Amino acid sequence: MPLKRRQIAWRAAQDLADGAYVNLGIGLPTLVSDFLPADREIVLHSENGVLGVGPAPGDNEVDWDLINAGKQPITLVTGGSYVHHTDSFLIIRGGHLDLALLGAFEVSEKGDLANWTTDDPGFPPGVGGAMDLAVGAKEIRVLVEHTTRAGAPRIRRQCGYPLTAAAVVRRIYTDLAVIDVTAAGLVVRELVDDLDFPALQAKTEATLRQAPDMKALRAPPV
Amino acid sequence: MIDKRVRSLAEAVAGIPDGAVVLCAGFGGAGLPNALCEAVIEQGARNLTIVANNAGTGRTGLAALLAAGRVKRIICSFPRSSGSVVFEELYATGRIELELVPQGIISERMRCAAAGLGGFYSPVSVGTRLADGKEHREIDGRMYVLEKPLKGDVALLAADRGDRWGNLTYRKSARNFNPTMAMAASLSIAQVRRLVEVGEIDPEMVITPGIFVDRLVEVPG
Repeated sequence: MPLKRRQIAWRAAQDLADGAYVNLGIGLPTLVSDFLPADREIVLHSENGVLGVGPAPGDNEVDWDLINAGKQPITLVTGGSYVHHTDSFLIIRGGHLDLALLGAFEVSEKGDLANWTTDDPGFPPGVGGAMDLAVGAKEIRVLVEHTTRAGAPRIRRQCGYPLTAAAVVRRIYTDLAVIDVTAAGLVVRELVDDLDFPALQAKTEATLRQAPDMKALRAPPV
Repeated sequence: MIDKRVRSLAEAVAGIPDGAVVLCAGFGGAGLPNALCEAVIEQGARNLTIVANNAGTGRTGLAALLAAGRVKRIICSFPRSSGSVVFEELYATGRIELELVPQGIISERMRCAAAGLGGFYSPVSVGTRLADGKEHREIDGRMYVLEKPLKGDVALLAADRGDRWGNLTYRKSARNFNPTMAMAASLSIAQVRRLVEVGEIDPEMVITPGIFVDRLVEVPG
């Protein structure tokens, strides 16, 4: 069974290291905050100047002065702090974040990331903090559905959509697999149970290799 | 005596010239100078260039200023968000120019202007369409593009507390672009939720010192 969106987020959360400073992009990556491992202290950064993003507030606790990059109300964890925008992007661009988990339209076999515009003429483009994050964090990982709704592969030889940054993605979490971007190409570390490797390759434009110790990709029902 | 307080929104925005570059603070719904934006409609300035992270939502604040036809150009990182109906209509019908700039580059360009610098080299956008036409330079093995300072004629700000010297505090993520924009404009105008006496704000809590602020007006809420 392919993972559901929340399960992709759960899987990505399992790899977060104790003590890591992490930025979660809007969309699918934002769900990761629901699954932070309880035994680790992980500090979530939000581009609009929040270090220490906490869980969503209860209905009576919403404070519209405290929001995340997706403009939704959040809370601050004990120990959290605020910075202004220029310092927030200094944190992003200056290599102070250990990791950014980002969404994508497409990822290439070289780790190129396309996640800011599809060039739809009816749709004004918006870049937000995507380009700053993509070149600034120490490591970039992407959470993405393996194919579009129409079944077109999102993991490609080259991105068809305009790039956000070239050769930055190190790991890709999809509903079907966990894939590392390596100097030797794309290596599948984990694959869902009821799909064999050739079937995964058929849903992927770029050439995949199977890790010698490839594991099953499983997530609890979350 | 220093007294930067003004009694009305009309007084706060008086004298903004046609064609001004107006830095407009806020991110999402937080830290937006909505009352000042709406006062500019009344004030009458036209052909404005707005610098803002988002292009306004609903029909209030910046969106109202756009709807009034006063803005010819917007420099923005993320113009489209849920409710950005006014901007989308203007954009679709070619009635507003959009310059798209990555979010951290907008704020760093303004900081650069505030600091009296001539520009900076940034790795952001290298290898993408947004680097087209920019000077490229390799420094210590990494490629950068030259980004130029972005100075405002006017900054419209929203703060929590302010005193007659212009010292400002903010609440939580409503701080966002406000401190940088306050420093980067020739005329910085703040709406504050509460005016307090000089000395009431603990000096350790002042985020924008009064040297960067020219006028402030109380707008509760």
